[in-house]
Amino acid sequence: METKNIMIVGVGGQGSLLASKLLGHLLMSQGYDVKVSEVHGMSQRGGSVVTYVRYGEKVYSPVIDKGEADFIVSFEALEAARWLPYLKKDGQIVTNTQQIDPMPVITGAAEYPKDLIEKLKATGARVDALDCLSLATQAGSAKAVNIVLLGRLSHYFDLPAEAWMKSLEANVPAKFLEMNKKAFELGKNN
Amino acid sequence: MDQTKNGQLMLGNKAVARGLYEAGVCFISSYPGTPSTEVTEEAAKYDEIYCEWAPNEKVAMESAFGASLAGRRAFCAQKHVGLNVAADPLYTMSYTGVNAGLVIVVADDAGMHSSQNEQDSRHHAIAAKVPMIEPSDSKEALEYTKLAYEISEEFDTPVLLKMCTRVAHSQSIVETGERVVPDKPYEKDIAKYVMMPGNAKKRHPIVEERTQKLIKYAETQPINRVEMGDTKIGIITCSTSYQYVKEVFGESVSVLKLGMTNPLPCDLIKDFASKVDKLFVVEELDPIIENHVKSLGIEVTGKELLPVCDEFSQNLLAKAFGKDINDSFSIDENIPARPPVMCAGCPHRGLFYTLKKNNCTVLGDIGCYTLGAVPPLGAIEMTLCMGASIGSVHGFNKVRGAESEKKTVAVIGDSTFMHSGMTGLANVAYNQSNSTIVIVDNSITGMTGHQQNPTTGYNIKGDPAGKIDLEALCRAMGFERVRVVDPYNLKQCDEVLKEELSVEAPSVIISRRPCALLKYVKHNAPLKVNTDKCVGCKSCMKIGCPAISMKDGKANIDNTLCVGCNVCSQMCPVGAFEETASGKEA
Repeated sequence: METKNIMIVGVGGQGSLLASKLLGHLLMSQGYDVKVSEVHGMSQRGGSVVTYVRYGEKVYSPVIDKGEADFIVSFEALEAARWLPYLKKDGQIVTNTQQIDPMPVITGAAEYPKDLIEKLKATGARVDALDCLSLATQAGSAKAVNIVLLGRLSHYFDLPAEAWMKSLEANVPAKFLEMNKKAFELGKNN
Repeated sequence: MDQTKNGQLMLGNKAVARGLYEAGVCFISSYPGTPSTEVTEEAAKYDEIYCEWAPNEKVAMESAFGASLAGRRAFCAQKHVGLNVAADPLYTMSYTGVNAGLVIVVADDAGMHSSQNEQDSRHHAIAAKVPMIEPSDSKEALEYTKLAYEISEEFDTPVLLKMCTRVAHSQSIVETGERVVPDKPYEKDIAKYVMMPGNAKKRHPIVEERTQKLIKYAETQPINRVEMGDTKIGIITCSTSYQYVKEVFGESVSVLKLGMTNPLPCDLIKDFASKVDKLFVVEELDPIIENHVKSLGIEVTGKELLPVCDEFSQNLLAKAFGKDINDSFSIDENIPARPPVMCAGCPHRGLFYTLKKNNCTVLGDIGCYTLGAVPPLGAIEMTLCMGASIGSVHGFNKVRGAESEKKTVAVIGDSTFMHSGMTGLANVAYNQSNSTIVIVDNSITGMTGHQQNPTTGYNIKGDPAGKIDLEALCRAMGFERVRVVDPYNLKQCDEVLKEELSVEAPSVIISRRPCALLKYVKHNAPLKVNTDKCVGCKSCMKIGCPAISMKDGKANIDNTLCVGCNVCSQMCPVGAFEETASGKEA
């Protein structure tokens, strides 16, 4: 099979490393070759961050390039728009609708674009947008945005539900497992 | 396709750590630096290996050398610029050779994801005349680490293991093995280990002979491998560039993959070149393999086609070779940049606000606080390398005199100060400039992700360790004026800064407050804005806190980010920031 590409984008500190870890575990459990590429260091401090997850029969490059992503999983609306050029023509965006102002917006040097989700859809890209922060809070923690997103993403994969649950169990601390399972289901079913 | 039976998904740096464990390494000393840090952090999780953070890379490498001399396999890791600091011992260790194996990780950062320059470490390998090997994924990172110890001991040399961001910080599948610990006795050998001229003169020819032997090794060993495909195009490549070549071309070209990039083979390259119609070199950064191929009299294309600057990717390569790339979407919208920022509650914020307010010329250093250069604070005017703030402020003040001394300051973090700020401080004390040095002491090495250092009182495993007293150290160096301020207290910062700038004596101000991200730091409840009081004057926006924004003309606090540091409320002329009784809601 051709190598498949998932990009996870967001704002430094939002928990994208856990999401990529869980996906890596899941895809390996399905027998795929997997590469996961992360960013550490300075850009983690509230900057725009991206993680690449690639899987298939044999994966070479650790990164995903423009026009290659089968999925862009975005923790924040502006980041979905920023990384849009990386989406494949028949790719799918799964994004949180949350707005987090970057510093140039906070200082008034730039404006946060209005109606961004509609504008994203108007490009012709397939966009699945949901308010993950509310769903995560409903599940018990605002920090579970990442798991809500993965729940949503699971829609688009032909994988057994048990496989997702096993990866969830293997990657989140036991005391938060029930909350995260709830977050996953809320993402999947809303 | 069953990759999973024995394999596990592992970060490149963690795979090196696993390789160190399996190779029986007993001693590791490093200084953190992105993208090398996790090698040492992961190795520290093995109880069988002694691991430590050293004050800087030079000390780390000398400590590792001592352990090798004593007969146990040893290791140190650093980022590319760290190897500049450790270059002094490296270049002469090339002459002494080793006793037990000694391997050194150097991690380059093409693309400068977290670095101040984009230097190519292969130049150090060539100049120091030591072998360098370069893995291209996690599996090779583990295997090459073990192989590096065999090369080190067989050829009596330190070995550089070169990582790069995309290998260090990518996870791919590895297979693990068992740990085997070799042990060599220490034997006194003055002619080999005392590098005074008479001895060093005899060692230099041995280094040159060793290089010839290593070239022979490079010609035949599987670390350099040929993957023949179609012979119209032949590509010589290494490291992560190999992965991009395979991604773009698959089996449609022939590839010579060099796992050992110093010294480079000659006959192997000549043979490969003779079998292909047109020869290319695909390597990130400088044209090192390319120049070597040209020196063999072989026609080759490299940097005419591919850039020296920045990292590569599959699209960059495809375009350079005239291949099609996928169409992509575009959005007709101005997307504001999202640069990294100081965290909400960062103790550096209050200090930089104070420096800006006093119109100081700030010479900065390497760490999270480099973000003090970013708007709206915009308070730092120079950042060069570890420790340079103090050296530079002295030179700046010496030529600009008393007026400059009243407004120019050096800002340096606690870990960076221990790394290479102390010697700069000695220079200020000895050669007497009335410079003001601010040590921003957040009680951790922050930027690289919270490593302990000699001022924190804890070691790499989190156990109690020796603790250096910064105030006592500065006084011992001859500074009579050593002041400590709390950067959350803007009034105190302002008063002390004004005093120390005006006094005609060198002084140190220690701005002390632990990093807000440290687990043990207790946060206050988030503040909230009383919108009846707020006049929308934006005074609070001057500090560049990511938790504060303007909403409908009034300040607004993001209570998932705010840690209640109260710096903003000290900026407010009308007292609109109020404490909330509840804890964090999130």
